[in-house]
Amino acid sequence: MRLLIFLLVAVLASTAGEIAITHGMKKVGGPERLAPRAILAFLGRALGSGWFWLGTGLSALYFYSMLALLSWAPVSLIVPATALSYVVGAFGAKLLLRERVSPARWTGVALVCAGVALAWVA
Amino acid sequence: MGHLRAKTLVLVVVMVAASSVGDIFLKQGMDRIPVQLDAASLGSAFAQTVTSGQIWLGIACLLFSFVLYLMLLSWADYSYVMPVSSFGYAVVALLAVLVLGESVTVGRWAGVALICMGVGLVGRTEPRTTEAN
Repeated sequence: MRLLIFLLVAVLASTAGEIAITHGMKKVGGPERLAPRAILAFLGRALGSGWFWLGTGLSALYFYSMLALLSWAPVSLIVPATALSYVVGAFGAKLLLRERVSPARWTGVALVCAGVALAWVA
Repeated sequence: MGHLRAKTLVLVVVMVAASSVGDIFLKQGMDRIPVQLDAASLGSAFAQTVTSGQIWLGIACLLFSFVLYLMLLSWADYSYVMPVSSFGYAVVALLAVLVLGESVTVGRWAGVALICMGVGLVGRTEPRTTEAN
């Protein structure tokens, strides 16, 4: 039960964190050119974004939930279970960021999720 | 191949290469530092960690990779970047065998093969499906 709750927290926190960061980066806009000065200006905007720090906080929550999980259960159980984040992340991107997830993209996400799970169970 | 997809894929490859090389540097650096769980040896392990060139190289690679990740997300979909970056599992498995001399089980290679198939599928979709603001 405790394991399940923390797994849920880990998957949701990592997904929500990445989605917050993505939203923040879309809002501040990318570097105009791939040149050092433009990239530094972009980094300045990124670090000034509240969404970036919300995402970083959620990633920290994910990190500590993972530490707790790894102290209770073997890594070969925890990593395959958190591979679910790939599917949850695609759902989050579709619902919250309004990205269009095509059938090909869904299939690819499912293959990656299965592959990560298999690589760690085997 | 469109300009946006080419730019996105090149940055993904550099980002994944940087984080994989960073992980290998950290592993090599930490392998040389004996870590035991008492105050005295933890202190000396910490001192050796912050003075290790390999650890700092690893951290620099990972920071560089994170900057590229932020840049990618400023124009590409999260549902594109996230699955495509899992290509890193294949690179780390390969580097672990070639550089660190670790052995990788058949099951793990099968997982890596599935990951690569998924990356191939997602990589061919449109990197950005939301409108630019």
